[in-house]
Amino acid sequence: MISFGPTEEQELIRNTLRDFAAQVVRPAARAADEASELPDGFLQQTWELGLTATQLPAAVGGGGEARSPLTNALVLEELACGDAALALAAAAPSAFAFAIADHGTPEQQKRLLPRFCGDRFASGALAWIEPSPVFDPLTLGSVAEAKGDKFVLTGRKRFVVMGDRAEDLLVLARNAQATGGGFAALDAFIVPRGAAGVTIGEREKLLGMKSLPAVSLTLDRVEVPAANRLGGERGIDARRLLAASRAASAALLTGLARGVMEYAIPYAKDRHAFGEAIAQKQAIAFQLADMRIETDAMRWLAWRAASALEHGRDATREAAQAFGYAAEQAVKLSDAGVQVLGGHGFIREHPVEMWYRHARTLSVLDTVAAL
Amino acid sequence: MIDFDFSERDQRVLDYVRAEALVARKYARQCDENEQDFPPDELPEAKDYPGVFAVMGKPGPEDSGTVTLGMLIAAGQTWGDYSVRMRRGGGGGLGNAALSASGTPEQKARWGGLLLAMAITEPGCGSDPSLVQTTARLDEATNEWVINGEKIFVTTGCRAQGAVVWATLDRSAGRAGIKSFLIPKTAPGFIVAHKEKKLGIRADDTAAYVFENCRIPRDHLLGGREAIPKGDSGGFRDVMKTFNMTRPATAAFGLGMSQAALDFTREQLEGAGVDLAYGAGIHGKSAAADRFHRLEALQEAALLTVLNASWLSENGKHNNLEASISKAKGGSAVREITQGCIDLLGPLGVSREHLVEKWFRDVRITDIYEGTGQIQRLIIARAILDYDRTQLK
Repeated sequence: MISFGPTEEQELIRNTLRDFAAQVVRPAARAADEASELPDGFLQQTWELGLTATQLPAAVGGGGEARSPLTNALVLEELACGDAALALAAAAPSAFAFAIADHGTPEQQKRLLPRFCGDRFASGALAWIEPSPVFDPLTLGSVAEAKGDKFVLTGRKRFVVMGDRAEDLLVLARNAQATGGGFAALDAFIVPRGAAGVTIGEREKLLGMKSLPAVSLTLDRVEVPAANRLGGERGIDARRLLAASRAASAALLTGLARGVMEYAIPYAKDRHAFGEAIAQKQAIAFQLADMRIETDAMRWLAWRAASALEHGRDATREAAQAFGYAAEQAVKLSDAGVQVLGGHGFIREHPVEMWYRHARTLSVLDTVAAL
Repeated sequence: MIDFDFSERDQRVLDYVRAEALVARKYARQCDENEQDFPPDELPEAKDYPGVFAVMGKPGPEDSGTVTLGMLIAAGQTWGDYSVRMRRGGGGGLGNAALSASGTPEQKARWGGLLLAMAITEPGCGSDPSLVQTTARLDEATNEWVINGEKIFVTTGCRAQGAVVWATLDRSAGRAGIKSFLIPKTAPGFIVAHKEKKLGIRADDTAAYVFENCRIPRDHLLGGREAIPKGDSGGFRDVMKTFNMTRPATAAFGLGMSQAALDFTREQLEGAGVDLAYGAGIHGKSAAADRFHRLEALQEAALLTVLNASWLSENGKHNNLEASISKAKGGSAVREITQGCIDLLGPLGVSREHLVEKWFRDVRITDIYEGTGQIQRLIIARAILDYDRTQLK
């Protein structure tokens, strides 16, 4: 049944997150960007919203509520409307924990999920992106070779969000035994950050999303027990993992774009030139109208992908469309935001230049979050 | 709950629409190339198709609402062929939408069965209907309205049995003086001047009317309110309400055709060995696949704005802004998609042996009629800026 109506509970969550974004996230964003550091206490503060634990099984100490990619899409949009970099940092534990919950064996869930159900912030990290300029999430250079009851992992990763502090990393690699390529050859391994052969590289210096800790990673013949292959003998549903990630990025990019629009509108009404507000000129007003049209379009595509995931269907197509569309539009819209503000769009007193950098950065980070 | 899946019944209805549409498509080229002829109202195969209403039945709790599903049905029909779809009964003309939005219960009962066109545009006024020059004068002696003026670009104007016509009671009153009148073709002084020749949607006739001392009874004023309200736009706003449903539908018509172009393009590219599977990033697929995926995403994005506008209306929510969003988005998307499909198909795309070149021509009207893309952006901008029409012109 076609419906655009969130449940009452989802409305409630959305309103809570909207307030949180306005009161906590947005005010902290600029200083965090300038310092290239997360604000003190920010991760703990978001942790207390229970975004991760609520949807983890009661058996491991979680809230036991059904996993809901749709609810998570609403959450990420609101957080990113506050600030996309801080939103992605806050979402990092979910990216790891939900992957374990969705793909892990009961044993893996019992071993890894309780830490996400406690009072203190815990992080996990998704290590998928690789340094090649022709990186493709389905064609990985990192390889996992079976050796007795172990796997040996070799490869290099980049832009591993929270990789400097996560206890365990979820490393995507090509299974050397797989006959075909693409999704069928993808495997994910739980790798302790301190395992022999793991080198955490320098912190990434980024154009945007600067407050977000992301690192490069080298895996030099890292041995992990076979029990650390996510999903055990069955492996993972790589299509679902990729779709959950892309749909999450689409929701984040929607929030980012909406933030730009919501900032540009009052600015354009306040700023006068030639005897009237610049918003009264069609050249400006039409750009604002396009921002509204496209943030709506981005959101519906993200919801549609999240809905397909929620139904347990293959969401590869929906998620690819949502991410591709949102990536392109977020850059366009934030670019227009800079233009509407004119010189002020280029000045760091206003957040729009920061969001423009965020948009350009986040839109090329395929596979960093999850719904 | 947010949902985008079709129920079994939704799917059954849409499958039926597609099957029926394919029949219409057989006549698409013929109707396009022989625009001087009027295609028959009923296709030879019509007896094999009971019509979508017969298939729909009553929606159950799991089914999509009728208005929302109606948008997908409309798109499914134009996926077959726009003009042939328009010639089949059922939906009625734009005038019928105006009648159901603004008519009195008596008027709806009396004229609901007629096919009604909508005559707004004049040689000197298009996007700004407050400039309407056609006049309506009340002849107290006979209790009749006397209409004088010219109307152009009247969709289905030749075939319609009557038209809802905008005319002013007092030019100096601006928008407030404009009223809509229901004028049957049989009224004396109603002249169908000519049929327009067009870039696309050729089998769907477009007429020019002349009214020369055309007389209609006093009760033919739509909605029945004769007074000219002071200060505000008055009845004008009521009339504009018509567009809250016709705008998403108009976008849906265009999106049916752009979907047809995408389907044909996919079939041709895959037939030639191009891998169009989703999943890989930009370096894992061909340039053609990437372009195609972008066009498909654009199609889905635009269609979702249409569904959102209709869903809001169906659930009793205000949808003025969203109706314009869907029309603006649909209007630009269908152009980009059909242009893009031709890029991907090359000379095949411009050959009249296939229908892509026709879809490219047919969709171009989407961003023009029922309010141009610019007019939609004005409406959207006013809404999000909380401006009235004096603050943003």
